[in-house]
Amino acid sequence: MTTTLDPDLADQIGLPGTFAATACTNCGVCTAVCPAGLDLLPRRLMHLVLLGAADRLRAETETIYSCLLCGLCEEQCPAGVRITDTMRALRHYCNRTTFGL
Amino acid sequence: MPLPIGDVIGILSDNLRLRGSVLPIPPKKATRWARGLGLPRGGATVLYTGQMYQLIPYIELAVRAMERVESTPLAALAPLGRRVNRLLNLTPLALRPLARTRAPYDRVLGDIAHLLRQAGVGFGYLYDDDLYSGALAYDLGLDEVVARHAHRVVEAFRRNGVSKIITVDPHTTTMLRTVYPTLVDGFDLRVRSYLEVLAERLPPADAPLGQRLALHDSCVLARAEGVVEQPRALLAQAGVTVCEPAATGRLTWCCGGPVEALYPARARATAARRVEQLRAVAPAGVTMCPLCLVNLRKAAADELPLRDISQVLREAHTIPTTPTLTTATKKAD
Ligand code: SF4
Ligand code: SF4
Repeated sequence: MTTTLDPDLADQIGLPGTFAATACTNCGVCTAVCPAGLDLLPRRLMHLVLLGAADRLRAETETIYSCLLCGLCEEQCPAGVRITDTMRALRHYCNRTTFGL
Repeated sequence: MPLPIGDVIGILSDNLRLRGSVLPIPPKKATRWARGLGLPRGGATVLYTGQMYQLIPYIELAVRAMERVESTPLAALAPLGRRVNRLLNLTPLALRPLARTRAPYDRVLGDIAHLLRQAGVGFGYLYDDDLYSGALAYDLGLDEVVARHAHRVVEAFRRNGVSKIITVDPHTTTMLRTVYPTLVDGFDLRVRSYLEVLAERLPPADAPLGQRLALHDSCVLARAEGVVEQPRALLAQAGVTVCEPAATGRLTWCCGGPVEALYPARARATAARRVEQLRAVAPAGVTMCPLCLVNLRKAAADELPLRDISQVLREAHTIPTTPTLTTATKKAD
């Protein structure tokens, strides 16, 4: 897949103030504890957003909508990233851009 | 072909926008649980169900229908289904759970009303103004539709003179207490889960149970709302030895329920792992959320009997209550 980078992607997705992915230190705790065993891990999704990889991000619909929003990752994230808010914001973005809702 | 999830989410969104619920069920069915209980309409303090327990039999039928259609050519009809549903409410036509399927969920609500009365709490009910909170739509990121709906719900509370809300399930609790204040300016309603209210007021059980039960905390209630000690105290008071699974309290494991509608196989796998954790510590279990109850029950089959916490507490508090008690009792704080 050819990836076009969109430097404004994080702004388009943000819910300003809740999209706290820049605080992520990529420590991997969220990945280790996730009961859903997501195919593409929350921190990698956030990485795609920070890179501005909009098309790669939108290809990950199943991961984005299969997060349980259970918050187990967030409870243990040492950087205090609001992961569930971030996942919801990604859904809001996909609803608009992929599904036209 | 796989189910087009955009159309599934679109139908849920259309339903909430046009008809006030992701699955608009007839008001008679949503309020049937309160028949004969003599609950006054409205008032300063109300028991607010948000229709979550009542919705479960409908959600289950919808999930089964989607599982049947998934991976067949019929899945291609989803966009047409969405267009038709905009004009005609398909929910009561397509989803008709049997009375005996609905009854256990109605009974939970009746048990909760009974327990609140035993605790001396005075409360009313909103009947057809007891609207769905928008919980599932919020989780799906349908922010604009949910924000508009939240205003309708708050308007219904105001119309009925409500200032204090006792919630029943975790998802409605967190919507009202944590999400609505971000959506509705000047939101000033006091919101508490019935478990928090009972933990302060329920008298000692008259028929302690002497059972060992594995406690499954709800992710939402434990982590988002910090309700961890109250269910334990209530169960201990009911004569239950609470057995803690490997993941418990604020570190509880999800039941898988939140993704059941879109990805049933993923939900089943998560539930199966949780059932193993519960089975490892006790011969039976207790839940406090309708989604947890139904999802874990499906995964447990006959291997781990599961009950809602209201049913367990009700069994330990047998003294009959009468409708007149509500008018003579204290208001919940
Ligand atoms: S636990 Fe928090 S800091 Fe660590 S990778 Fe996940 S989001 Fe980033
Ligand atoms: S909130 Fe989502 S990403 Fe985090 S642990 Fe739960 S399922 Fe995994």
